[in-house]
Amino acid sequence: MSVARWAWTYLWSRPLTAVLNLVLLTLGLTVFGVVLQAQAQVERALQRDLAGVDLVVGAKGSPMQLIMAGVFHVDVPPGNVLLDDLRWLQEHPQVERFIPLSVGDNLAGFRIVGTTHDYLTHHGARAAAGQWWGAPMQAVLGADVAQATGLLVGQTFLGAHGLGMGGPAHDEAAYTVVGVLAPCACVLDRLVLTATESVWQVHDEMHATPDMSAEDWAALQADREVSMALIRYNTPLAAISLPRQVNATATLQAAAPAMEVTRLLSMLAVGTQAVQGLGVVMLLVAALSVWVALWQALRERRTDIALMRLLGASPTRLAALLLAEALWLALLSLLLSLVLTGGLTALIGWSLAHDVSLAVGGALSWAVWWPVPLVALGVALLAAALPAISAYRQDVQTLLSPR
Amino acid sequence: MIDTQGLAFRFAGHSTSLRFDDVHVPAGGALLLRGPSGSGKSTWLSLVAGLQVASDGRVSVAGTDLGTLSGAQRDQWRSAHVGVLPQRWGLSDSLSVFDNLALVYFAAGLSVDRRAIERGLEALGVGGLSKRRPAQLSGGQAQRVALARALLRRPTVVLADEPTASLDDAACAGVLSLLREHTQAHGATLVVATHDARAVQAWPDAPSLNLPAWGGA
Repeated sequence: MSVARWAWTYLWSRPLTAVLNLVLLTLGLTVFGVVLQAQAQVERALQRDLAGVDLVVGAKGSPMQLIMAGVFHVDVPPGNVLLDDLRWLQEHPQVERFIPLSVGDNLAGFRIVGTTHDYLTHHGARAAAGQWWGAPMQAVLGADVAQATGLLVGQTFLGAHGLGMGGPAHDEAAYTVVGVLAPCACVLDRLVLTATESVWQVHDEMHATPDMSAEDWAALQADREVSMALIRYNTPLAAISLPRQVNATATLQAAAPAMEVTRLLSMLAVGTQAVQGLGVVMLLVAALSVWVALWQALRERRTDIALMRLLGASPTRLAALLLAEALWLALLSLLLSLVLTGGLTALIGWSLAHDVSLAVGGALSWAVWWPVPLVALGVALLAAALPAISAYRQDVQTLLSPR
Repeated sequence: MIDTQGLAFRFAGHSTSLRFDDVHVPAGGALLLRGPSGSGKSTWLSLVAGLQVASDGRVSVAGTDLGTLSGAQRDQWRSAHVGVLPQRWGLSDSLSVFDNLALVYFAAGLSVDRRAIERGLEALGVGGLSKRRPAQLSGGQAQRVALARALLRRPTVVLADEPTASLDDAACAGVLSLLREHTQAHGATLVVATHDARAVQAWPDAPSLNLPAWGGA
């Protein structure tokens, strides 16, 4: 029988201790692994939605709020801005792409976003059914929206006022579904997309009164607003001058997504470091417990070890036996923690997508998980080192005429 | 089979050595190693088993001069040539009876010969006990299991350390008889280290090496 087989036999000769150590190690490795996965997935989701957006311009207020509302659609925008105030940006020589976004209504909690086809192109969207809108009041549904609402191409729906569920319905203007997007694992999955003019039309209908004069109606139509604009530079030099120019205006604010997300992640890092610290403490406790168990086993097996020496086993073979026992524990706990980490990561992914609208994959990433086996190996070696050395040095005379 | 000449061993921290008379035990023969506690019986056994190296003199077992072997070679030699019956039988309570015998193969780095283990247990009349733990065995059954393990790889020498300690008179005679019978059947040389006068009475014809109490400094 191999050293591994004997280590397995000895490990389970004390089942309660083995199970306790297995649980401790598994919990420590799981916490460690889940934090790594969650951190990486959130970062990846943020970076993916950020790709290609150099600047978000909107009403003055919190830049973080502007980014969260404009890029990730998880917050309300600080306010609306006149489209006329943004025209100069649209024509600015340092701006490659200008995408206006208008939000304010929802369909069953999913945001209705008025924009241009550039927004779909920007995210690399692909139609799973139908086509993109060609006129106001035509809408394209994100994959999650279509699945959740059951709406099909050709059907109509009413938007509700506000960004959360429960607002009053815009009875006067119905949207027609003209397309459904294929899943993109990006923010589009949870959006209803339409032309900017649709949002204006819905709100014109809402604010219009039967006794409104032609002059007031013309003023209402001239007062075109959007919530924000996503901008892509055509030169890196724009990063130096453009935000300053925007912030110098009376009504506009520029927010750099990369900077705000870095700030957000650094704020999140405090929490993740605390959880990671907890994981490290749990791993240290597990290492201590495994060490105590092996040390205890060594004391109990003093006779066995002396006997094996007497039977011809080399000291190296005996040290390997102790090490293998710890490695078995590490391997088993690693497998268990892998299952738990996969389950918890999927749960976190689902929860973030469901509650925060952040499109997190939820699948285990091996590229991120790789430190966990190393930690398991380290804990096993750390815990087994002293007992293994002691086994190596075991005095065989303890078996011959023990006193 | 076992030849010692001018054998001596010095313990760490002691200025004087423990010296042993020369011994010649033929193949298949037997030797009673007698002496009070602390007289050096276990030391003599460990020298003959190749566990320790003599500080002076020579030990030759089955034609091999143990002084010429390295530590690793002595381990390998011991696993192939020496069967050991430790005091209180040295059975591991963590393992089944079967695994206690399989331990012999682990120590030698060999794959387990299941049939040899089963045959060995059956030969000693404990064939049906392979799944039990030593704690579930009677004293007599434990002796037989330990002897089956000592004889498992057909050793050339069987070393028994105080096999009659804490046994009643009837059991004492029974153990010695069992040892002689089975080692002779295997053609192995038997050495029994004991301070028990009953062992000498029960085995009056056995050649013996008497070790006086050692007052080494």
